[in-house]
Amino acid sequence: MCTTCGCGIGQTFIAGHALKQPRKPGGVMRYRVHGDGAAHTFQHGALDFGAGAAGTHVPGISQSRMVKIERDILAKNNDYAAENRDYFSTHGIFALNLVSSPGSGKTTLLVKTIAALHGTLPITVIEGDQQTDNDAARIRAAGAPALQINTGKGCHLDAYMVGQAIQQLGLQDESLLLIENVGNLVCPASFDLGEAHKVVILSVTEGEDKPLKYPDMFRAADLMLLNKCDLLTYLEFDAGLAVDYARRINPTLKVIRISASSGEGMAEWLDWIAKGCHNAVAAVQRTAEPKVLLE
Amino acid sequence: MHEMSLAESVLQIIEDTARKQGYTRVKKVWLEIGQLACVEQESLRFCFDVVMRDSVAHQARLEIIEMAGQGHCAKCLIEMPIAALYEACPKCGSYEIQVTGGDEMRVKELEVE
Repeated sequence: MCTTCGCGIGQTFIAGHALKQPRKPGGVMRYRVHGDGAAHTFQHGALDFGAGAAGTHVPGISQSRMVKIERDILAKNNDYAAENRDYFSTHGIFALNLVSSPGSGKTTLLVKTIAALHGTLPITVIEGDQQTDNDAARIRAAGAPALQINTGKGCHLDAYMVGQAIQQLGLQDESLLLIENVGNLVCPASFDLGEAHKVVILSVTEGEDKPLKYPDMFRAADLMLLNKCDLLTYLEFDAGLAVDYARRINPTLKVIRISASSGEGMAEWLDWIAKGCHNAVAAVQRTAEPKVLLE
Repeated sequence: MHEMSLAESVLQIIEDTARKQGYTRVKKVWLEIGQLACVEQESLRFCFDVVMRDSVAHQARLEIIEMAGQGHCAKCLIEMPIAALYEACPKCGSYEIQVTGGDEMRVKELEVE
C-alpha cells in the first residue's frame, strides 16, 4: 500500500471472500511515485513513473465538444443505498449505521445491546473493519449472526458492500440490523448505506470538541450516544459542553448518555431501538393494508 | 481516504456517459465541490490522476469549481454565507443554521472528443 495516502483498491472482503466489483476490472493499477522518489507499487502493480507533463492533444485538429453531466459524484452509491433502504422497508427491518472513531466502545456496546435484547427480536450484525474478523467473532459469541466486511485499505463501508452482505446474510423479516462501520469519524459520513439512522458514538475519553473537529459525522447522525459515562468522575470531560458542541452542528441531534459497562442509559437506548423496530414493522403493515382491501 | 472512492465514482459516471454518447477521450472534467462538502481537494486531485490513468479520461485536466457555503437561520430567517458547519448566525447568534448550499459534490461537465 502507498504509505503516503493509503490508496489501494480490490482489497475488500466479505467473510474472507473477495468482493465482486460492480465495475469492470480496471486492469493494472498504477501509482505515481511520491515526493521522495522512492518507487512503490501495490498488488498487481506495474510501476508508472509518469508520462510527463506533455499531453498528446494537438491544437487545430481537435473535435472537442462539451458534455453536460450534472450528476452527483455519490449518485451510484446513493442508488445502491436506495435499493438497500427499499429492501429494509419492505421487510420491516430497522437498520442502524453505527459510526465513531476507533476505540469509542462500539463493539462492546453492540455486545451488551445484543445480550439485553436477546429473545425479544432477531438481530443481525454487519461488522466493518479494515482487517481481521475479531469483531464478528465477538458478536457471534454474544449470540447474534454476524458477517465481517474487511475493507482492506478502504476507510468506510459503502452501500454496495452492505447490499452484498445482506444477500449473504439472509435477514429475517421484522428484525434489527446493526451495521458497525469502520472506526473513522470522517469518511463514513458521506456514504449512505440505506440505514434508517446513523448513530454516532462519542466516548468521554475523547475530547469534548470532537463534534467541532469532525462536524460532518455529527451533522449526518440522528442520535449521539455519549459512551463510557461511568468514567466521567475520573476525567475532566465536560459532558454538557460536548453535547452543546454537537448541537451547534446539528440542533435536532438526540443525545443519550450511556455506559455499556455499567449499564447507565442502556434502558433509554434499548427503548429507542424498540420504537424504531416497531415503526419499521408498522410501516410495512400500513403499505400492505391497501393491497388487502383491493383483494 | 474516501477521495479515492469519490474519484472512482467520477470515473464510473464518465464511463457510463461515454457509452451513451460515444466519445472516446475526455480532455477536461469540471467538478462542483462545495466548501462544506467532506472533500479534501488536494487529495481528490491526487486520486483523480491515479484513477483516470489508462481510462477514457487518461491525463484529463481536473477543474474544481468551488461552491460557497450557504446557510439559513431557523430563528431569524436570514440567508448567510458560512465557511464551516459550526458557525453561528451573525445576526442572532443561533446555531440553528440549515445548510442550503455548498455541500454538493457533482460532476458538472466534460470536454470530450
